[in-house]
Amino acid sequence: MIKNISNLGDAAVYCDFGNDVNKEINSKVINYFQSLKDSKFEGITNLTPSYNKLIVSFDLSITNFEKTKKIIENLEIKKNLSTSKKKIQIPLCCEEEYALDLKKLERKLNKPNDEILETFFSKEYFCYMTGFIAGMPFLGDIDKNLHAKRLETPRVKVPKGSIGLTEQFCNIYTFESPGGWNIIGNTPLNVFDSLNEDNPNLINPGDTVSFIKINKEKYKNYNE
Amino acid sequence: MSENFFKVIRAGINTTFQDLGRNNLNHIGIPISGVMDRRNYIISNKILQNIPSHPIIEFAYQGPRLVYHGDPLNISVSGDVKFKIFKNKNEIEGKCYETIILEDHDEIDLISTNKSVYGYLAIGADLNLDYQWKSCSINTKANIGSNKGKKLQDNQKIEVSNIKELSRRKLDHINSKIENIRVIKGTNFHYFSKESQAKFFKKEYSVTKLTDRMGMRLEGERLDNIINTNIKSEGLVKGVIQIPADGNPIIMLADHGTIGGYPKIATVISADFDKLSQLTPGSKIKFKEVNLKDAETIFKLYEMETNNIISKIL
Repeated sequence: MIKNISNLGDAAVYCDFGNDVNKEINSKVINYFQSLKDSKFEGITNLTPSYNKLIVSFDLSITNFEKTKKIIENLEIKKNLSTSKKKIQIPLCCEEEYALDLKKLERKLNKPNDEILETFFSKEYFCYMTGFIAGMPFLGDIDKNLHAKRLETPRVKVPKGSIGLTEQFCNIYTFESPGGWNIIGNTPLNVFDSLNEDNPNLINPGDTVSFIKINKEKYKNYNE
Repeated sequence: MSENFFKVIRAGINTTFQDLGRNNLNHIGIPISGVMDRRNYIISNKILQNIPSHPIIEFAYQGPRLVYHGDPLNISVSGDVKFKIFKNKNEIEGKCYETIILEDHDEIDLISTNKSVYGYLAIGADLNLDYQWKSCSINTKANIGSNKGKKLQDNQKIEVSNIKELSRRKLDHINSKIENIRVIKGTNFHYFSKESQAKFFKKEYSVTKLTDRMGMRLEGERLDNIINTNIKSEGLVKGVIQIPADGNPIIMLADHGTIGGYPKIATVISADFDKLSQLTPGSKIKFKEVNLKDAETIFKLYEMETNNIISKIL
C-alpha cells in the first residue's frame, strides 16, 4: 500500500511506498503504475514510477491535486497486470577501451578486475525502473562486494552503450550523456529505439537482465 | 503546385521546432519537452489563427535568419525580439505581435531577444515535419522529435504547405517582468537546516550560464543539508528545485531528466514557468512560498489573463 500521499508542486501527486529498495515494494509501485496507466484517467499527463515512489502528474487546467489523490486512493489494483517479465541477455565487452573505470574500481573495492567481473557476470538483475535519460534501465541488486560510490566528478560525456555501477545498482547509458556511475564496459546492443513508438525500450520494469561477456572482436562485428 | 519553403541562412544559437510536447512517456525516460514560454506560443499562433497545438519555431538569444521562397504567407513573432524584414532592398524594422506578410525572396532576420531568452516565430501554414509520439517538439539531448531530433542547421530547408488565407491582425502586448518566483515547499524541505530553510526564502539567487532547456542552475548562499545529500532516485517534474551536494539549486525545465537523486527543496508553481524560463544569466531570483490552494488560484488567474490577452487581438 501507499504509505503517504502528498503534493509535489501544484500539478503532481507524490505517492510514497516507503524508503526501502526491494523487489516487493517496487512491484507494488509497478502495480499502481500499470493500473493507472491502463485506466487512462482524463487529466493525468504522466506517471513516473521509481524504486519506491510513484509520481502522478496532471494537467492543472483539467483537474487538481484533491481529485487526482481521490482517484489514486480509490484505485482498484488489477490482478492480471500486463507487467513485463521478460528475460533479456545483454552482450557486454569489458576490455580496456570500454571499461573506463575498472582500474579505479579495482582500487575502490580492493579486488582484481577478473574477480570484479566474475562476480558481476554471475548474477541476474531485476529492472526496477527506466528513466533519467530515455530508456535507461536501473538494474539491481549487484553483489555486496561490488558496491561503490559514484565518481567524485561526474563525466561530462559517458559513451553510448556504457554499463555503469553505483551502490547496489547498475545501468546502461542508452545514448551519450553526462553521468557519474563507474563504467565497467560497453554493449553494442541498441537498448533504446525512438523510432519504435509502441515499444522503444528493450528493457522494462519487471524484466530480468543477464550480461554475456564478449571480446572486442565480437563487439566490433556485432552490428555487421 | 509550387514548392513553398524557407531556407535557413543562419540557424541561430538554439533554434528548434516546438509545440505543447508529449505526455505519458516519463516512465520510459522521455520528458514532456514543448515550448518554454507557453503564453507567447499561444499568442503567436492565435494571431495567425492557427490551431492551439500548431508547431512553432522557438529560438534562444539569437534567432535564425531565413529566406522565404513561395506564395505569400503570414508570419508573426512573439516575445521581446529585435528583428528585421528584408523586402527587395528595403529593410523594415520588425514588430512583435502582429501579422507580417512574406513574399517570394523576402528575408527575416531574428537578431536577438531583449533581456529575455526565448522568442517565437509562428507561420501561417502547415510545416512539413515528422512527429514522434504525436509531437514535433525537438529534444536535442535524446534526439527525439522533428528534424531528426536536432536543432536547426545552416542551409537546411523548412518546407511549408496549405498556406492560410492572408490576414492582418495585431495585439498590443508587453511581457510583464518577474518580481518573485513562487514555490511550494518540496518533499525534502526538512533535509535542510533551519537557517538554510530561512535563507532559501530570504536571499537572492543568480541565474548562471549553465542554463538550457533541461534546467536552470542557480548560484547563491549555500544551503546546508543536514540529513543526506542524496535520496534514492525518484521521479522529477518540471519546476522541481533540487539541491545537490554543492548546495546550489537546480530547477528542472521542459527537457529535464525524468529521474533524479538529489533532495527536492521546493517546486515552482505552474503559473510562473513562462516568466522563469525567460530569465537570462545574471538575473536575480527571490523565492516566495505559497501553499497549494494559492498556487491553484494563481494558475486560474494566469489562464484567465492569457485568455484576456488573446481576446484583445484585433
